[in-house]
Amino acid sequence: MASAKSRYWIALILVVVCVPLFVKSNYVLSILIVIGLYAIIVQGLGLLMGYAGQVSFGQAAFYGLGAYTAAILATKCDWPPVLCVLVAPFLPALVALIIGRPILRLREHYLVLATLGFGILAFAAFNESIALTGGPSGLTGIPYLSIGPLVLDNDRSYYYVVWGVLGLVILAVANLTGSPIGRAFKAIHASEQAAQSAGIDTALLKLQAFVFSAFLAGLAGGLYAFWVTFVGPSPFGFTASIEFVLMAVVGGLGTLWGPVLGSAIIVGLAEFLRWGVPILLPKVGGEFEIVFFGIIFVLIMLLRPQGILAPGRPSGMSGVAVKEEKCSG
Amino acid sequence: MLRVNGLTKQFGGLTALCGVGFVAQPGQILALIGPNGAGKTTVFNLITGVLQADQGEILLANKRIDGLRTFEVAALGISRTFQHLELFTTLSVAENVMVGAWPRNRASFLRCLFRRPGMMKKDQELYNKALGLLAQVGLKGKADWPAKSLTFGQQRLLEIARALAGEPQVLLLDEPAAGLNHAESADLAAFLRSLAERGLTLILVEHDMDTVMGVADQIVVLNFGTVIAGGSPSEVQQDPEVIAAYLGKEDDEVC
Amino acid sequence: MGAEGQHIQYLISGITLGSIYALIALALVVTFNITGIFNLAIGEFVTIGTLSAVTLRSAGCPDVPAFVLAVLIAGVIAATMERAAIYPARKASILTLIIITIGVAIALRGAALLIWGTHPYPLPPFVDTAPIALWGAVIIPQMLFVLGLAVVAVMLLFAFFDLTYAGKAVRAAMINRNAARLVGINPARLSLLAFVFSGMLAALAGIFIAPITTATYDMGFMLGLKGFVAAILGGVTNVKGAIVGGLLLGIIEAFAIGMLSSGMKDGIAMMVMIIVLLICPTGIMGLRIYNKRTGSWMVWLRQKVGTGSR
Ligand SMILES: Nc1ncnc2c1ncn2[C@@H]1O[C@H](COP(=O)(O)OP(=O)(O)OP(=O)(O)O)[C@@H](O)[C@H]1O
Ligand SMILES: [Mg+2]
Repeated sequence: MASAKSRYWIALILVVVCVPLFVKSNYVLSILIVIGLYAIIVQGLGLLMGYAGQVSFGQAAFYGLGAYTAAILATKCDWPPVLCVLVAPFLPALVALIIGRPILRLREHYLVLATLGFGILAFAAFNESIALTGGPSGLTGIPYLSIGPLVLDNDRSYYYVVWGVLGLVILAVANLTGSPIGRAFKAIHASEQAAQSAGIDTALLKLQAFVFSAFLAGLAGGLYAFWVTFVGPSPFGFTASIEFVLMAVVGGLGTLWGPVLGSAIIVGLAEFLRWGVPILLPKVGGEFEIVFFGIIFVLIMLLRPQGILAPGRPSGMSGVAVKEEKCSG
Repeated sequence: MLRVNGLTKQFGGLTALCGVGFVAQPGQILALIGPNGAGKTTVFNLITGVLQADQGEILLANKRIDGLRTFEVAALGISRTFQHLELFTTLSVAENVMVGAWPRNRASFLRCLFRRPGMMKKDQELYNKALGLLAQVGLKGKADWPAKSLTFGQQRLLEIARALAGEPQVLLLDEPAAGLNHAESADLAAFLRSLAERGLTLILVEHDMDTVMGVADQIVVLNFGTVIAGGSPSEVQQDPEVIAAYLGKEDDEVC
Repeated sequence: MGAEGQHIQYLISGITLGSIYALIALALVVTFNITGIFNLAIGEFVTIGTLSAVTLRSAGCPDVPAFVLAVLIAGVIAATMERAAIYPARKASILTLIIITIGVAIALRGAALLIWGTHPYPLPPFVDTAPIALWGAVIIPQMLFVLGLAVVAVMLLFAFFDLTYAGKAVRAAMINRNAARLVGINPARLSLLAFVFSGMLAALAGIFIAPITTATYDMGFMLGLKGFVAAILGGVTNVKGAIVGGLLLGIIEAFAIGMLSSGMKDGIAMMVMIIVLLICPTGIMGLRIYNKRTGSWMVWLRQKVGTGSR
């Protein structure tokens, strides 16, 4: 007999599977694909922020690294697409492994600025390594993803791929957060000193969360490359990194569904503003949406800083902040 | 057996510890006492690798452990509690204890990611073990409460349970009786004795002299970072220098 | 032009640009010391100040009043930002506050885009004489003028700190916020003052630099970030360090762009920032303080950030 929990999962899977049967518009499908891709990234970031208590304002760099790796392997080395998608996340994970140790020693503003700087550096590198990335004009000629004879060249089939992968990612994250490792992460977040005294190699665990988040961002990047079949630098800039953090926070840190909800809200909001603002305020140009975007973030942070799904007090780095206050003079 | 030799630690211009040495034997309770700022917590921080000593050595069963990092020291079987409570406030009472069991039940990231079979069963066993430990410190029935809902005194007991979960050889207790009432202190003292009888090495930092005198096998008195006396409770109580230190005589000993 | 002339050229353009970074870094450091908040919207105040000045000038306002007015406009917007978005959230977590300043930055950048569009605006140089040849280098007089203005601005700032009551209050609060509160300095008013001050200083920096570069709606973003790099180079909490850090960053950048490639211009600053953060997060000026206080920099960093966090 199915337990309540597995029934709830089956219902969710059914909804996800059925959506394309009712949605005929390619526009809506493509938005759902974007939400799915971002949700994959934000799942990793959410684990890093909500559980391990660290933050990264450079996730777009890992996203881009994954996309470029997949694109380069497919166009310059003629690897089969599926293999490219599977291999692509390993490069961002490796980069995260290398930079993670020193960067994660930093805290608060310093961590924010260091990861942000890394993101900008990577963005400059995407633009400048013209021989490899094609520079600002990007890489074209990426084939569609194909599994045997099945070529996934339309949004409907790609929707299933992305949301299927998202499902696996959510399962993996649920496994992690419900396991002794998830408990250890929460412990680190609550008191790093006590966690260390309990024998936890906190630096290693934080690094693992960071590498995992980079891996997921790279996975989304590889999927992205074979969806649009073109990779240029613009989606991997500083703004994207900030949006990922916002998605994680808005959805609710430390919750399983927060990342999905956060991605849906931010992507949906951007689309809504693009369409809605000109209708409501016909006189102003499309640029007005950005103003609203900024104001809405500020309002969310003022009114519900813990995000939509998380209960009670805000998490994020507040634990650290409160603790530090004790030592101030 | 935990041996500490010639520990010296400076914070900028302040000499927090100066040539401190003592030996803690298994099955015994060593009390480390001294006025505020004497350097007691600093000794714990040095033993557990939170801070590194400027000079001196720390040996566990005749092997140097100074220079190791905090989590490595813990893995060798040295657990501690904190003077300023450091509970995992976002976890439940039982989960706090389960995290404490980490040195003997290390989890691997990849195994957890794929939820290898048997993992959750092991975790259930860990939970049952945690219940047992909670019962020992008198927190029976509170296992699934949020840790932050406990009273101050209960939180101290939870810290002890958490420290014991790692099955340590050496237990460092930093003012465990602070915030406990008289009866609770007496219970705690009896519990600490029973731990010592099981063969644990206990080092106890405590301001409550009744508890200390009642429970300690050996006392080391620190003042301004130097050991000014040591011995059995009765010897220490009669030491004129200790009396002077506690009554607040100006002490101008320097390193 | 010989290699030596080339180097002098780099040095002078580096110092000029660096003096602008220094002003922005100064704005950041003072706000951080007083409020514990890194204002990630600082760059937008550079933009607003500059573009307001451009607009006022083209509306027929004479130079100096236009600049003063533009700086005041930036101050008013900064005050609004502090009251509407920062002050209500002053007890929130650091992450929340960072996101709030980013949200404000996005909104302000959108507003700038709405008002001024994407095309660049020129601001004519303050001094209109022919380039000077000096030791084989060609120097645009505006550069020297910018440098002079930056020096005057910093001197006025120090005079403000030393001579006025408000300045002394700010200094006191930068050293120890709690003590400042105890002696009756109103922290709420101080926070407002800090944001207004930093907004105005950033606007001033933008007006100085605009004739050399050009003014666009997104000019502030990178300038703001470079201000952060300069502040970090200088040790984040150190006012003099911010100035040294700014100049140093300008010089490093000028030489790197001249000798390597101009495409990595922004990458170089980021690289400098990451290297400094990883190797010596207390910055060039912070090193000495770090040695004196404790045995390890992590402890220092933690305490310092702690004191700066609320
Ligand atoms: N991390 C540190 N940095 C600088 N000074 C420190 C640090 N830790 C302790 N000290 C100083 O070292 C001295 C000894 O401190 P310690 O905490 O060991 O005293 P204690 O004996 O535990 O006192 P109490 O009974 O109040 O807990 C004190 O003067 C304290 O201010
Ligand atoms: Mg102490």
